[in-house]
Amino acid sequence: MSKLKNILFVLIFSIILLNSSNSAEKSPPFLETKWTFKGLFGKFDRASLQRGYQVYTEVCASCHSMKYLTYRNLAEKGGPEFSEAEAKAIAASFEVTDGPDSTGEMFVRPAKLSDKFVMPYANEQEAKAANGGAYPPDMSVLVKARKGGADYIYSLLLGYSEPPEGVELDDGVYYNKYMYGNKIKMPAPLSDDLIEYTDGTKATAEQMSKDVTNFLMWSAEPHLEQRHKTGFRVIAYLIILTVLVYFTMKKIWSRVESKV
Amino acid sequence: MSDHEYTPSSKFGKWFNDRLPLLTLANHLTDYPTPKNLNYWWTFGGILTFCLITQIVTGLVLAMHYIAHADMAFSSVEHIMRDVNYGWLLRYVHANGASMFFLAVYIHIFRSLFYGSYKSPREIIWILGIIIYLLMMAAAFMGYVLPWGQMSFWGATVITNLFSAIPLVGESITTWLWGGYSVDNPTLTRFFTLHYLIPFLILGLVVLHIWALHVPGNNNPVGIDIKKPSKDTVPFHPYIVIKDAFALLMFCIVFALFVFYQPNILGHADNYIEADPLVTPAHIVPEWYLLPFYAILRSVPDKLMGVVAMLSAILILAALPWLDTSKVRSAVFRPLFRQFYWILVADVLILGYVGAMPAEGLYLLIARVATAYYFAHFLIILPVLGWKEKTTPLPLSITEPVLGGSPNLAAARNDEKIEKTIK
Repeated sequence: MSKLKNILFVLIFSIILLNSSNSAEKSPPFLETKWTFKGLFGKFDRASLQRGYQVYTEVCASCHSMKYLTYRNLAEKGGPEFSEAEAKAIAASFEVTDGPDSTGEMFVRPAKLSDKFVMPYANEQEAKAANGGAYPPDMSVLVKARKGGADYIYSLLLGYSEPPEGVELDDGVYYNKYMYGNKIKMPAPLSDDLIEYTDGTKATAEQMSKDVTNFLMWSAEPHLEQRHKTGFRVIAYLIILTVLVYFTMKKIWSRVESKV
Repeated sequence: MSDHEYTPSSKFGKWFNDRLPLLTLANHLTDYPTPKNLNYWWTFGGILTFCLITQIVTGLVLAMHYIAHADMAFSSVEHIMRDVNYGWLLRYVHANGASMFFLAVYIHIFRSLFYGSYKSPREIIWILGIIIYLLMMAAAFMGYVLPWGQMSFWGATVITNLFSAIPLVGESITTWLWGGYSVDNPTLTRFFTLHYLIPFLILGLVVLHIWALHVPGNNNPVGIDIKKPSKDTVPFHPYIVIKDAFALLMFCIVFALFVFYQPNILGHADNYIEADPLVTPAHIVPEWYLLPFYAILRSVPDKLMGVVAMLSAILILAALPWLDTSKVRSAVFRPLFRQFYWILVADVLILGYVGAMPAEGLYLLIARVATAYYFAHFLIILPVLGWKEKTTPLPLSITEPVLGGSPNLAAARNDEKIEKTIK
């Protein structure tokens, strides 16, 4: 009886497993890299986050908005942890339109810590017009909005190549083996020594991809470190309590002739 | 509630209890005689109550910060995730809580199916349970719409469009549900209102569910009627309370692993993209707990018949006490039923799997066979099994399984086997 049952389940699960591995074959496996934010105690690499911000602001930000981020976030715990003075200076390098003032006029002022990240385009239409009809997605939660998450973003940034023979590309369309359908309207954004890191790290394409992906992971999950820390405490507490309750239960049930 | 009369010891207690017998109720709940052989599959009732309370409490706080407006819903959720104190925790508990709720309810339902808990005299408990399950699905579906991501929007579009399959009035009903000519702001606000309402309806039904349970008392793994109270029973407190607490804590550890370490694994990445009526996602799939029914829906080529099949798949459960003609409750004593039971479990898992796959080619074929089998199980196999199956002998009581004075000598020989199966 239980043999039949077991055989049945093994059969079903192997079919499911086989199938999922089949569908995974359609796109190449993601490039492998070590993420510090993974695992039970996963934390962000602070220096990488700061470099990642630099890549974002010098490269990505010309097309991609990050509308859910605020300049104060850059100085907050668990993030890139720029000093407050640094974050203020970063904010002040952007201009925002504020107002109306007491005379009813709008005015332009330097951004403050409480301002949201300044967007590259005024609206979606302008963004599309400037990018050949493609809308550069907002990057605040991009890592969570793509299957494969950080691994996908990292691979995509490094996945550009010449199209294989037989693949025709229109103007302004590029070949990327990790993109859905392999066609992407964003030209390869990163190349070696495109920027100069302020901390002296060599700016290879891999390094920049990793740093900016780290940064995007943080922007999508700004409380990740707190979540891991709290999670460990909660689960440790639950395990200890469970053990205590188990022995209490054994004690109580020993009064009756029954197994528990 | 045929308990012995309860008299509070204090004078005030007596005065109060004569006017509102709350103390009698409390006494009934603590003394409630429970079969002492209940296994851990019986702990999921308590776990489900915990899930419901968790959803209501986290939901209340989330509702304080959430904005039910098509232009602001998505960003208000991001506001909760980023700026509300422990907002990320509340939202992840609430979102994963829905999945844990369904995980628990499926175990609860399949426990009932295995041990025949739906049979006389527990039909009303069972039907109340089916209504609760239906309301849970409605609440979960509408809750998934609230973040106003791509899957929210397109899931809502697909499901509400099902009503348009109703002949003559379908289109009008759909427009009425939407509050317009497509899923839009009016749809979101009414879904939010209903999502807020339904949990309290569920709470009321849970009270009835437990009340109805306390009339005949719990079924048990052996599935026989027992005398209450007797040496076959233990008082609910402290025996069952501590056992439920232990099981609940184990459940919470699994829950916490999801919330703190894989909070998004049960969701769909597309729901982190704000809803866009002009862009349809490549695959529109519901949450995992609705997938088997989604597979049934898509396995029927005709839209109306697909909807009918999907609804029947759930409603057929309400007729189960009368479809299962066997007098023996527990599968422990039904060797044939036991095999069909596990095939049904496999069938539902397969339906869930193909529900997540595109409805084409081999997947569609598997979905059709599995759907046909699902209905065959309830409409053909169960009624026939009741007539044909030769069940193994039942014990006379829990404490004296079989040997103690069973009129059937064959029972004694089966004793060891039964013991083994019960474990």
